Amino acid sequence: MALLQISEPGMSTAPHQHRLAVGIDLGTTNSLVATVRNGVPQCLQDEDGKLLLPSVVHYLPDGQIVVGRKAQATQATDPRNTIVSVKRFMGRGLKDVAHVETMPYDFVDAVGMVRLRTVQGVKSPVEVSAEILKDLRLRAERSLGGELTGAVITVPAYFDDAQRQATKDAARVAGLNVLRLLNEPTAAAIAYGLENASEGVYAVYDLGGGTFDISVLRLARGIFEVVATSGDAALGGDDFDHRLFCWILDNAGISLPSDRDSRRLLMKAREVKEHLSFDDSVPIRLSLDSGDEVDLVVTREVFVEITRPLVEKTLRPVKKALRDAGLSPEDVKGVVMVGGATRMPHVQKAVGEFFGQTPLTNLDPDTVVAIGAAMQANVLAGNRAADEEWLLLDVIPLSLGIETMGGLAEKIIPRNATIPTARAQDFTTFKDGQTAMSFHVVQGERELVADCRSLARFELRGIPPMVAGAARIRVTFQVDADGLLSVSARELTTGVEASIAVKPSYGLADDEVAGMLKSGFEHAQADMERRGLAEQQVEAARVIEATEKALVTDGNLLNDTERAALDSALGALRDAAAGNDVRAIKLQLEAFNRASNEFASRRMDKSIRSALAGHKIDELRI
Amino acid sequence: MAVTLSDKAAQHIGNFIAKRGKGVGIRLGVRTSGCSGMAYKLEFADEVLADDVVFESHGLKVLLDPKSLPYMDGTELDFVREGLNEGFKFNNPNVKGECGCGESFTV
Repeated sequence: MALLQISEPGMSTAPHQHRLAVGIDLGTTNSLVATVRNGVPQCLQDEDGKLLLPSVVHYLPDGQIVVGRKAQATQATDPRNTIVSVKRFMGRGLKDVAHVETMPYDFVDAVGMVRLRTVQGVKSPVEVSAEILKDLRLRAERSLGGELTGAVITVPAYFDDAQRQATKDAARVAGLNVLRLLNEPTAAAIAYGLENASEGVYAVYDLGGGTFDISVLRLARGIFEVVATSGDAALGGDDFDHRLFCWILDNAGISLPSDRDSRRLLMKAREVKEHLSFDDSVPIRLSLDSGDEVDLVVTREVFVEITRPLVEKTLRPVKKALRDAGLSPEDVKGVVMVGGATRMPHVQKAVGEFFGQTPLTNLDPDTVVAIGAAMQANVLAGNRAADEEWLLLDVIPLSLGIETMGGLAEKIIPRNATIPTARAQDFTTFKDGQTAMSFHVVQGERELVADCRSLARFELRGIPPMVAGAARIRVTFQVDADGLLSVSARELTTGVEASIAVKPSYGLADDEVAGMLKSGFEHAQADMERRGLAEQQVEAARVIEATEKALVTDGNLLNDTERAALDSALGALRDAAAGNDVRAIKLQLEAFNRASNEFASRRMDKSIRSALAGHKIDELRI
Repeated sequence: MAVTLSDKAAQHIGNFIAKRGKGVGIRLGVRTSGCSGMAYKLEFADEVLADDVVFESHGLKVLLDPKSLPYMDGTELDFVREGLNEGFKFNNPNVKGECGCGESFTV
C-alpha cells in the first residue's frame, strides 16, 4: 500500500500522479536534499539518520564509486581518487583554481574546464557533481516512494553562465529534471519566510564552505526582489581551515607534507575549527607518516587573530552590495545568516557590529538553503494553489552587452537587472553597402570590450545593401529564469535574423567576475576617457571614409587649390585620429568640417540638379 | 458511523497543522479515479463546509463530505514508516480490492 501525504485543500493528486519535487543544496562541503511533505518543508535523512551528505566522491579501482561520509573516510588514505569540494572546479580552468599546490589531485588542464585524473580515468567536475546529485536523488526517491517530478538546485549568486550550465549538465547526468536554478541567498530568504515578514530591506550573509555571497533583498507587498548581490567566489569556511592548516605547519615546524599528511592535517584543522565555536582552546595531536609529531594547543583568540583578514574580506562585498543598492547599513531591517561558517562566533559578531543589530541565526544555517529550494520546487511542481504562489525575482550579476565600433562595450542589460528579462536595442551599419554584421556578446562593467569577458560571437548575413546608417538591426538580449542568455539580431526591413544561445565555453572564472566588477569601479574615470577617445576615433574614421568616397565620385567639383586644402585638412584629421588626444581629434574634426563645407554644398547642389534633370516642374510633388 | 485517527496519525497531523500555521482539521474523502475505481483524498482543511460530516478524534476535527462517508465508514487513518518512506495509510474495512500499489481501491 502506497503511503499518502496530506495535500493542500483542493490539491489532492490523482493516484500515480504525485508531483514529487525536491530542493537540492549542492554545496562545496556538504550537500542536502529537502522536500515539502504534509505541508512541512523538511530535509531528508539517509539510512543513518544524517541530513548532510559530504560533497566527497571516491573512485575505487574496481569501478565502484562511493559518495559522502564513506568517501570522506578515505580522504586521508587515497587522496588522489577522493574528490572533495568539486564545486570549486565547476566551469573553471586550472589557472582559476586557488591553492592548486596544496591539492593532492592529478589535474589535467583541458580546454575550458579542468579535469581530474582518477583510477577510473579522467573525470570532469560535472561528472563528479553528478555522482553527488545521483546519491541525493536516490535518497529522495526512497524517502518519497516514487520518481521525482523535478528539482530546484541552488547555486551561488555569483555563478556565471558557464558554472550554471555546468550545474544543469550535472543534474541531467544524474537523471534529474531541473525545474530551475535558484540563487542560494534567495533560497535562504524563502526558508526564513521573509515573504511574511514586515516590508523592508533584508541582507543575506552566506558564508559557505567555498563561496561567500551577500544579497540585499527588498520585500514589498509580499514579493521579494533581489536588489543587489555581491560576494567572493573564492572565500569560505575552507579558507579558515586553510589558515589554521598553515598555522599548524608553522608552529609544528613542518614543511612540504606529503599528500596524505596534508589531507589529514586539513581534516584536523576543520575539526578543530568546529570545536573552537564552542570551546576556548582545543588541543591538536597527530602523528604524521613523515614521523613528525604534532602536539599543539590552539586558542580561540589565536584562531580569531589568524582568520581576522578573512572575516574583514567578507565585509568588503557587503559594503559594495549596499552601495549598489544605494543603501546604508541602518536601512537593513534584518540580517539572515546562512552557511555552516556563520556558526563561528567572531563571524556573527563582526556582521552584528557592521549592521548594528543581532543577525538572525535561529534556523540551522546548514539546511536553510535546501529548505528554501524545496519550498520553491513545491510551488513550481504545482503543489500549491495558484493564488498562493509567490513571485521571485533574481538579478544578473554582471552587465551584458555587445561590442560596437571602436571596441566599445554597449551595455544592453545592466547588472542587477531582474530576471527573467528581455531588452532590445537598435543598431545600424557602419559602411555603405554593408551586407553582414558580426556580433560580439560581452559581459562586464568596463567600457572597453578588451576589458570585458567575451561570451559569444555570431554573424547576421543577408542585410540588403544600403547606405551606412540606413539599416535597422534590432538586437534582443533575453535572460531566462536560470540566468542563461540568448541573443538575437534582426534586420527590421527584411526580417533576416540570426541568433545564438550563449552557452559559454567552460572554464570562465568566477573570481574573475568579482575582479571585473571591482575593476569596473576602480577604472571608472579612465574608462570614461577611453570611451570618449574611442568615440572620437570612430567618428573621425567615418568622416574620412565618407570624404574619400565623395572625392572619388565628385572630386571634379573642386579646383586644384581647393582640392589641396581639403586633402591637407583630411591628412591632419587622419594624423590626429591615429593619436590618443581626444581634444586634438575634436579640433581637427571641427576644422575639417569647416574646410569641407563648400565641397559638401556643391555635392548637394549637384545631386539636386541631377535629381531634377529631365523633369518638368509640374511633375514634382513638393 | 465513524472515521477515526490512530494515535500516531493524530500526533503527526496535529504537528503538521501547527507547523503549517493554519487549518481547522483534516479532510478525508474518496474520488472516482485511479486504476481500480476509487482514490482517497487527504487534505488540510481550512474551513468546515455546510454539508460536512464532522468527527472528533484525539481532539482533531476529521471532515468528510456526506457522499464519501458510506465508502469510508469505520476507517482508521494510520501513520506508518516503511524504510526511509513515511506517510498515511487508510485501514478501510469496506475495501474489497486494491490495485497493486494500493493507491486506488474498489468497494
